[in-house]
Amino acid sequence: MDASLLLLADARLPAGAHAHSGGVEPAVTAGAITDVPTLLAFLHGRLTTSGLVTAALAAAANTHATHELGTRTPDATASNTIAAHTHSGCGRRAAANVAAGAGVGGGWEVLDGEADARTPSPAQRRASRAQGRSLLRAVRAAWPSPVLDALVPLGPHHPVVLGAATAVAGGGPREAASVAVFGTVSGGASAAVRLLGLDPLAVHAALAGLADVMDAVAAEAAGYAGRPWAELPAASAPVLDLDAERHARANLRLFES
Amino acid sequence: MGGHFGHGHDVHDAAPVRGRALRLGIGGPVGSGKTALTAALCRALRDELDLAVVTNDIYTTEDADFLRREAVLSDDRITAVRTGACPHTAIRDDISANLDAVDALEARHPGLELVIIESGGDNLTALFSRGLADRQIFVLDVAGGDDVPRKGGLGVAAADLLVINKTDLAPFVGSDLDLMASDAARVRDGRPVVLNSLRTDPAATEIAHWVRAAVGAAHAAAS
Ligand SMILES: Nc1nc2c(ncn2[C@@H]2O[C@H](COP(=O)(O)OP(=O)(O)OP(=O)(O)O)[C@@H](O)[C@H]2O)c(=O)[nH]1
Ligand SMILES: [Mg+2]
Repeated sequence: MDASLLLLADARLPAGAHAHSGGVEPAVTAGAITDVPTLLAFLHGRLTTSGLVTAALAAAANTHATHELGTRTPDATASNTIAAHTHSGCGRRAAANVAAGAGVGGGWEVLDGEADARTPSPAQRRASRAQGRSLLRAVRAAWPSPVLDALVPLGPHHPVVLGAATAVAGGGPREAASVAVFGTVSGGASAAVRLLGLDPLAVHAALAGLADVMDAVAAEAAGYAGRPWAELPAASAPVLDLDAERHARANLRLFES
Repeated sequence: MGGHFGHGHDVHDAAPVRGRALRLGIGGPVGSGKTALTAALCRALRDELDLAVVTNDIYTTEDADFLRREAVLSDDRITAVRTGACPHTAIRDDISANLDAVDALEARHPGLELVIIESGGDNLTALFSRGLADRQIFVLDVAGGDDVPRKGGLGVAAADLLVINKTDLAPFVGSDLDLMASDAARVRDGRPVVLNSLRTDPAATEIAHWVRAAVGAAHAAAS
């Protein structure tokens, strides 16, 4: 993988991920994660449900962004940016104008709506948008591009930004899916190390054992790139959704989500 | 990959820029008096400056709740950020949640002149990133031991203002204030140190004066 994509996947990317546990703190609170085997089971389950959905959204966003990068002439770029800045008060419409006519299923706001539709928990939607906003700030600083600037007024979900960022950093849908899948797993694992005092060597050994599953999920997710967005996977994990809602109401918590 | 938008478009320059609030970080070990100082500064400055606060709480929203309860500012001027078990990460390595909070406050209050960002209590190496704070205060507690300034650390050595707080407790805990001040001066290269007690001076007069001057200087430099 290219160095740019490794930077994007790195947990040290200053994009706010450290304050989110990817559902691990809620699951620890609920008693579902207590040790390395239960963490592994949790990560496996999350990977093949919401992980697949996230990765497929990232892959779709990547394809859309690559299309956008190709269609932007310098002139179009200048006027799009003005649109994005002057319409910041009515973000969704501005972004729709900017992206009008591009991609498989419409503009960015349509893909973002697909992410909304696949995230039933309001707490998870808020967390995803907050992480999307932080990621957008970081990647706009690292890889400035009008395609990323155009996303600002929309404030999209994290996988949408991640897919676009991967494209701007030079990767395709498979890379976007891989980075998304890796983020799903690594953030949660490090949260578990902090919350339960798990042996970090044992946790990383477990993650290494999960690598084949991660690759398989990323490959499956990348297969959706270029297909109509309505057909993106919608695997769900209702217990994660419920735990996320409980967590958002909890008094004592270390992680935002 | 368009290179059309350089860093000139980034609204998060570290240096004070025209039209944006000065961001003041307040850091220091657990319980040293950061929230109490924040409250005192809000009371001292709220009538002359348009200001807001971001708290970085570790496990609860305790600090933000305290400030709201004390009604030092209206509720919509106080925001709590959660730091995922790592308070120093949120002010140093990955400042995005704090930047989001500052952005939201500035959007809500366009004339904002000062945003105080209180760090979660942390160790002596925790320093605010320049990408987040324009100026920073490090608060020590005399009851934490009078050898702390000698031990140094980035917070003690490099903060723009070092506050040695709770001087009223010095006689009870056997801390030597002169020693603390001189040890601090040795590592601080001329940067100011204030000995303070919020018990005997609830208005934090000297510190408020320093903050006032910092805001004034930033706005003078920007205009
Ligand atoms: N005696 C004395 N007590 C003080 C002084 N300043 C603060 N305190 C008390 O010290 C305790 C801790 O103060 P806080 O302001 O909550 O400390 P903090 O640094 O915000 O603590 P964390 O956010 O938990 O790290 C409170 O009970 C304060 O009332 C002081 O100058 N003298
Ligand atoms: Mg406090």
